[in-house]
Parts: sequence; structure tokens; C-alpha cells
Amino acid sequence: MNIQTLLMTVISTSLIYSAPLIFTSIGGAFSEHSGIVNVGLEGMMVMGAFASVVFNLAMGNAFGAATPWVGLIVGGLIGMAFSLIHAVATINLRTDHIISGTVLNLMAPALAVYLTRLLFNGRGQTAIIQHPLATVNIPVLSKIPFIGPVLFSSTSPAAWVGIIVSVLSWWILSKTRFGLRLRSVGEHPEAADSVGISVYAYRYAGVLISGFLGGIGGAVMAQSITLNFSVTTIVGQGFMSLAAMIFGKWHPVGAMGAALFFGFAQSLAIVGKYIPVVRAMPDVIFTVAPYIITIIVLVAFIGNARMPAADGSTFIKSK
Amino acid sequence: MQIKGRNYSSIWISLIAIFLGLLVGAIVMLLSGFNPIEDYGNLILGAVGSPNAIGETLRSATPLILTGAGFAIANSAGFFNIGLAGQALVGWLCSVWFAITFPNLPGPIMIPGALLAGALAGAFWSGIAGVLRAFFGASEVIVTIMLNYTALYGTNAIIKGMIAKGNNDYSPTIPVAARLRTPFLERITDNSTFHWGLLIAIAAAIFLWWLMKKTTLGFEIRAVGMNPDASRYAGMSTKKTIIAAMLISGALAGLGGAMEGLGNFQNIMVNNALPDIGFDGMSVSLLAGGSPIGIIFSALLFGILKIGGLNISITSTTPPEIVNIVTASVIFFVGAQYLIRYFFDRRTAAKERKEDSATPPSTGAKPQTEEGSDTK
Repeated sequence: MNIQTLLMTVISTSLIYSAPLIFTSIGGAFSEHSGIVNVGLEGMMVMGAFASVVFNLAMGNAFGAATPWVGLIVGGLIGMAFSLIHAVATINLRTDHIISGTVLNLMAPALAVYLTRLLFNGRGQTAIIQHPLATVNIPVLSKIPFIGPVLFSSTSPAAWVGIIVSVLSWWILSKTRFGLRLRSVGEHPEAADSVGISVYAYRYAGVLISGFLGGIGGAVMAQSITLNFSVTTIVGQGFMSLAAMIFGKWHPVGAMGAALFFGFAQSLAIVGKYIPVVRAMPDVIFTVAPYIITIIVLVAFIGNARMPAADGSTFIKSK
Repeated sequence: MQIKGRNYSSIWISLIAIFLGLLVGAIVMLLSGFNPIEDYGNLILGAVGSPNAIGETLRSATPLILTGAGFAIANSAGFFNIGLAGQALVGWLCSVWFAITFPNLPGPIMIPGALLAGALAGAFWSGIAGVLRAFFGASEVIVTIMLNYTALYGTNAIIKGMIAKGNNDYSPTIPVAARLRTPFLERITDNSTFHWGLLIAIAAAIFLWWLMKKTTLGFEIRAVGMNPDASRYAGMSTKKTIIAAMLISGALAGLGGAMEGLGNFQNIMVNNALPDIGFDGMSVSLLAGGSPIGIIFSALLFGILKIGGLNISITSTTPPEIVNIVTASVIFFVGAQYLIRYFFDRRTAAKERKEDSATPPSTGAKPQTEEGSDTK
């Protein structure tokens, strides 16, 4: 295998595995910037994966090639609806954020598999979808010599959309009125409240956006990697996204970068067979590498990072 | 979140949360066209309707008491140990590994040895998170989540690469001397998987009570959990306390895993996902509000739901996942106890408000919602 093909394979596989993490970790950033800790990303991904697969199977013939893309939106919307539980619990019912997020993670696989059994005659998993998110050659860009084939041919379109979304999210969070207000609510809710910003509304917005993006992340996972839905469709990607968000220091572009890195680490286990030095190492090293690297980075570098000041707090509007 | 200040109403909050959780389950069943009364009836029957069912329910509760106790002690020190599943898994692996590595040890050495191996492995695994939190301030939530997956894939690789015979995905069965199941217990429970581990689990709950209420370490753990700064000012070593709490927590979770290895399965297999006893133990402890006796009862409830839930799907077409929907809802209402307290304490609250307005603001009651800000 020559260097160009090798690079192409590594990058393409990395992007495929990064894509679900990119969307979900950006979602996590929105939630935490509004002051709501979100360990429930895993649950939101499960609901998004479930919804997109059901949609894909049911409506594939009607929507044709657009099916997986509409499936992403459907997954996002169901993820958003599911995240309402977290919003109500943490914002109105004053539930501890980690307990509420954990409830989401406990609830989602149970609910999704329950519904799967109802919809598919008692079976705990769905059929394989016929309209997956296939790899594509991006027009024009893939014609660039060397870089084109390596970066833009048979690549994951969802990952590139995710990269664009991350830049867009950075712009929203740091340049727009909405973003600045959202962050003010996560930094100092009392101050935000005193100048008339509705803390509750912005926190709802943060959680719902995280549900939407988390649902999309799950939908990307199901429609491009597992291609069906079962209880093992999402195993830890939500937690990985949470790690990517922290690794990226709560910055959407940083989170995207960390997600790309995790995708790369996961892809090494797959493409490693073609690389001589890598091939000699046991698979388990690559499987556990992202987790161990996260711990090391957390210990070594996170000292410089600062989470939103009021992240994890409950705001009670005074009368 | 700190669960402190047990008072008379706490048990009611747990009971109301259970009731509301069952209600959510009933609504889901009704909406999907099943009969909740029939299903819940079958659940009870499947959990306690025969000696075999009772044996299975008790067996299922056994590891949950241990992981629940493990969660509770870390939680008292202000740690959210989300890594119980990983700690249980390494405990499970090491207890089985010990038993099959020294097959000729006599029973009196074999079982304590295997249990110790499991406990030490669990303690080591959670100790990593404890040390990193104590010395580097690394969030134990993230570290234990990462360690969970490291444990999952690491133990799988060890089982496949070092322990399993041939191309199997499971270890050899442990020697008879290491088994917690006995012919006597099988006879009285009609061949269930019930084993002596229940006694170990109850002993652990009593140990938890003794440690927290009667020892200096227990006092320090509670003090650090409530206010680390004040504890440091009072001359306690917060680092030492943090690490001690995490070590005990992991040791209990590791013992929980050993129950699966030495009692339930009598081997270890390659796992696709983290063992349920981790997150269930956390739920058990949250439902019990961290109280040791409460943990025993709440583990029994989880055992009933788990084993009885199997019977639901045997006797009807209701998907067995309904039980997990119920348990998640129960924990939701435990977490949202503000809602329950709001209705439950409305009268008391009204009275307190009256008293508050009579006292100067500086001595006024602290709002109870300031808890949990340091869990991240």
C-alpha cells in the first residue's frame, strides 16, 4: 500500500469514527456553557440512533438518497425531545445534574429497545438500513492533486458537516448576542438575571441544543457505522464525546479537534493491519488508547482550562 | 450530590419515588397496550413465588448491596464514583483468575484469597481515580468513566489472550473449593443460583454502618464530603481521606464483581458491555440515600424487579425492558426529590417560612439547593 492510499484510508476511517463524536461533543459544550452539566449525552445519542434507524427503515423508499440526511434531523429532533427530561429535572426540579444525566443514560437504552420490540415483533434489534450515509467524493475539492484524494475522496460527508458546525458553533457562542447571553447564564446566572436575561430560557436552549446535536451524533453513528439499531449501537460514544468536550476545554472547535483525535485513535485499530510497526502491537492497546490518553491529558493539561463558573449549579430565581 | 441529613421523611421520599416509578411503568404499559396489573402481578410471582425465584432474587441482590455500599462511601466523601462497573469487572476477573491459578488451595484459604484478590483489584482501579483527584484535581467522574472502558476492553483482552482455553470467549470454570454456591443452598432453593455471598454482602453493609458511624475515618470522610475546606482547616488530611474513601469504595465494588465470578457465573466471559451491577449499584445507593440498611432493602427491590422482570416477558409479550424503564424512573424521582418534598413538606415549609421571617437574615436557613456544586 503506497503512502497516498494509506493516508487516505487512515484519514477517511478517522473521519467516519469522529463524526458522531464531533456533533455530540459540540452539543455538550452548548449545555455546559449554559451551566448544565451533561453526562446524559450517551442517552441522547441512543435516542437519536434509534429514531434515525426507524425513520430510515420506514421512509427510505419515499425519500431515496436524501433519507439518511433527513434521518439525521429526525434523530436530532428525538434527541432534543428526550433532552427535555434533563432540562426539566435540572432547571425546574433542582435535580443534581449528574444524577439526572445518569437517569437519561439508564432510560434511553431501556426505552429505545422497548420501542424496538414493539415495532419489530419482539425483536431487540432492527433490520439493516438500505440507505446508509455512504462515503462520497466531495466535488471540486477532491480534484486537488494529492490533498484531494487524501482528504476529500471517499470521505465522510457527516464529518465535514460536523467540522463546519463546530466553527459555526464557535461563532455563535462567542460572537452572537444569543451565544454571549447563553454563556453569561453559565458563568454568573445571578448577574445575568439582574440585567433581565432569562436564565431558565437560556438554560433550556443550551440543553435542547445539546439534545439536538447529541441525537444527530447518535444518528450518524447508526447510519454510517452500525447500520441498524440494537442495545450495542451506542456503547460509550456519548462518554467519549463528553471527554472530547473536556479535552477540548469546552470550546466547540477544541471539542471537534479532540473528537478527530479520538476518531484517529479508533481508526488505528482498524487500519493498523496495513501498517507494519502498528500491526505488531496487540489490538487492545488501540482500543484503550483514547481512554487512557484522555486521563493523561486531563491530569497533565486541564489545569489551564476553566469550565463555565456556574456549571452544575442550580439557579433559583429570587422573588 | 451529597445525601445528608437523614430524617424521618427520607424513607417516605424513597417509597414515593418507587411508587411514582411503578406508575410511570404502568403508564408506559397502558400506552403500549399491555395490562399493568397483570404484568406487575407476574413480576411479583416471578420474583418471590417459589423457592427458586426467591433464591434467584437474593442472588441478584447480593452484588448490588456491595456495589451500592461502594457508591455510598465514595459519595459520603463527595465523590461521584461512576466507575463501579469497571471496578467490579476487574474484581470479577482477578477473583476468578486467582481461583484458577491456584486450583489446589484448600477451601478456607481459597475463598478468602479469591475475595481478597477481587477486592484489591477493585481498590486499585478506583485508587487511580482517587489519587488523580487528590493530587491533580482531576474530575473523578471523567477518570472513572474512562477507567470503565479501559477495564472493559482490558479484561476482554486478558480473558481472550491469557485465560481462555483455545478459541473460547470465557475462562475455565473455577475449582469447587472457590465456589460460593453449595449443594445445600441449591437443595433448599430448588436449584437456584443462590450462594453464600449474601452473607458477605450483608457483612459489608454492617461494615459500612460501623465505619461511617463509629470510626474516626468515617467521621473524616463525612466531614470532607460536607466541607473540604473546613476539614482541612480542622487539621484533617483531605488527600488521605479522599484516597481512603475511594480505595474502600473500589474494594467493595471489586467484591461485588467477585460475587459474579465465585457465586453466580463461576467463571468470567468476554463482555460486550460493562456489567449492570455497576450502574445498578449506583441506583441502589441513591434510592437508599446512602443508608446501609436502606441499601440492603433497595438492593432487594432491584433484585425483585430484575428477576421478576424476566417473568413478565415469559408470561406476556411485554418487552422485558419495561423493568429498566421503571428503575430509571425511580431514580429520576429520587433525584427530583425537590418535587416530592415540595408536596410532602408544604405544611412544614410554610411553618419554616414563618419562623425564618422572625429571625435575622444572617441566621436564616441556608437554601438546601446549594448542594452538589463540587461534584464535577
